[in-house]
Amino acid sequence: MDPAADSLPDASTDMIVEVDRLGFSRGNRPILDDLSIGIRRGEVTAIMGPSGTGKTTLLRLITGQLEPERGDIRVDGRHVNRLSRRELYELRQDIGMLFQQGALLTDYDVFENVAFPLREHTNLPERLIRQVVLTKLHAVGLRGAARMMPSELSGGMARRVALARAIVMDPKLLIYDEPFAGLDPISLGVVLRLIRNMNDALNITSIVVSHDVLQTAAVADRSFILADGKVVASGSPEQLRTHDSGFVQQFMHGLADGPVPFHYPAPDYAEHLLSRRES
Amino acid sequence: MRESIEKLGAVTLFFGRVLAALPQAALSRPGLVVAQIYNAGTVSLILIMICGFFVGMVLGLQGYDSLSRFSAEDSLGTLSALSLFKELGPVVTALLFAGRAGTSMTSEIGLMRATDQLSAMEMMAVDPIKRVVLPRFLGGVIAMPLLVAIFNAIGITGTYAIGVSVMGVDSGVFWSQLLSTVDLSDVAEGIFKSVVFGIAASLLAVFEGYTCTPTAEGVGAATTRTVVETAVSILVLDYLITAALI
Repeated sequence: MDPAADSLPDASTDMIVEVDRLGFSRGNRPILDDLSIGIRRGEVTAIMGPSGTGKTTLLRLITGQLEPERGDIRVDGRHVNRLSRRELYELRQDIGMLFQQGALLTDYDVFENVAFPLREHTNLPERLIRQVVLTKLHAVGLRGAARMMPSELSGGMARRVALARAIVMDPKLLIYDEPFAGLDPISLGVVLRLIRNMNDALNITSIVVSHDVLQTAAVADRSFILADGKVVASGSPEQLRTHDSGFVQQFMHGLADGPVPFHYPAPDYAEHLLSRRES
Repeated sequence: MRESIEKLGAVTLFFGRVLAALPQAALSRPGLVVAQIYNAGTVSLILIMICGFFVGMVLGLQGYDSLSRFSAEDSLGTLSALSLFKELGPVVTALLFAGRAGTSMTSEIGLMRATDQLSAMEMMAVDPIKRVVLPRFLGGVIAMPLLVAIFNAIGITGTYAIGVSVMGVDSGVFWSQLLSTVDLSDVAEGIFKSVVFGIAASLLAVFEGYTCTPTAEGVGAATTRTVVETAVSILVLDYLITAALI
């Protein structure tokens, strides 16, 4: 399967995110190199890859938190890197983002965290804010935790609260950055179900960034696998499982050795042990 | 040297961003500013009061000892008031403020950076400069002159306690000398310094927090930098203002 065929934006399809020949480096180290991806509306799209391949960087570029060195990013038809700060903030009101650890505001309780975007961007009466917040908290199963502080929540609960906050403005696009990291099996199942249900019930588009193959494949309609700053494979989870690339096989099946070697490049073992100095 | 110039440039640009956000953010959310005046003021208040009293008492002892060498003990009130209003009040309060409220601001904002709370605000289309930085900056700038006034009042009380109650200076002479010699320009100089020091201390505190490396070590280093940079800046500014006014 040609990864480019599925990854390049196609004008004839309804893409909510189009990333075209994107390049980004940190210092002299290239992170993303000539990367192109198209995210279809209404789908759950997974962006997977080993740690350090630039998945989170890609999300931050898509949401305008970073500026690309080369290439173009369009979200809902708008060129993200050409927007003014005001226009970018307008666009972000249509995007919900779930951060790795939830990123809840620690000074506020659960209710106020979810109410935060409403209070900042609307003049809704208090009664209506209360109804909206309780509805969103009910959707993630945490209506009863409305008055708890973030420090009292488990990792899974914090992420569900963050999800309620991410959907409180009824976004078109919901972005999840490593939503399964550090969760116990029950919390993980809950988050998985919520990602799928939210996407279908709210008729939105979801992007899930993760290196958790099994969980991500279970919830995604389509996946991209990144390596060395490029898309190396894309398709449905089933297509990726039977992909002919050695790297994709190693990644999808969690093999310790393969195209990505178990050993970090090092001098010959015997020579290294016998040498007097650390080279 | 180059690093220092780069830092000065970065702080200046950051100050520009804060000032640009000032009219809209301060007018639309006065409640946030009031809360931060309360925060910055209350965390430093007890410290300021205790230190003010002891500084005043030391002034009483040293002042009496020095003045008595040329039989001018009656001028103790004047000496104490001028020292406190023009120098010690603004400088010591600003240094204490940096150590208490300044470090608190830096670590609070730095932790928000390290735990992605600032990024989350950005993603919720809420500008952290307006929502987090500006209220704390303004809170510090407004709280500083109030803290200086309290420091001065308690300092003079400390001098009075030592000079009048212990050393035997006449109470009426103490106050009449103070009132007849200290004029409005002396008080105004102290107020001006306290506002400038408030701007410097608060700006450095929020800048270091906002730009810190988002790790536990980064937040710690930023907090230390806040104290060191504020102390040096206050003393340099103090010299420059004093030289300009004298």
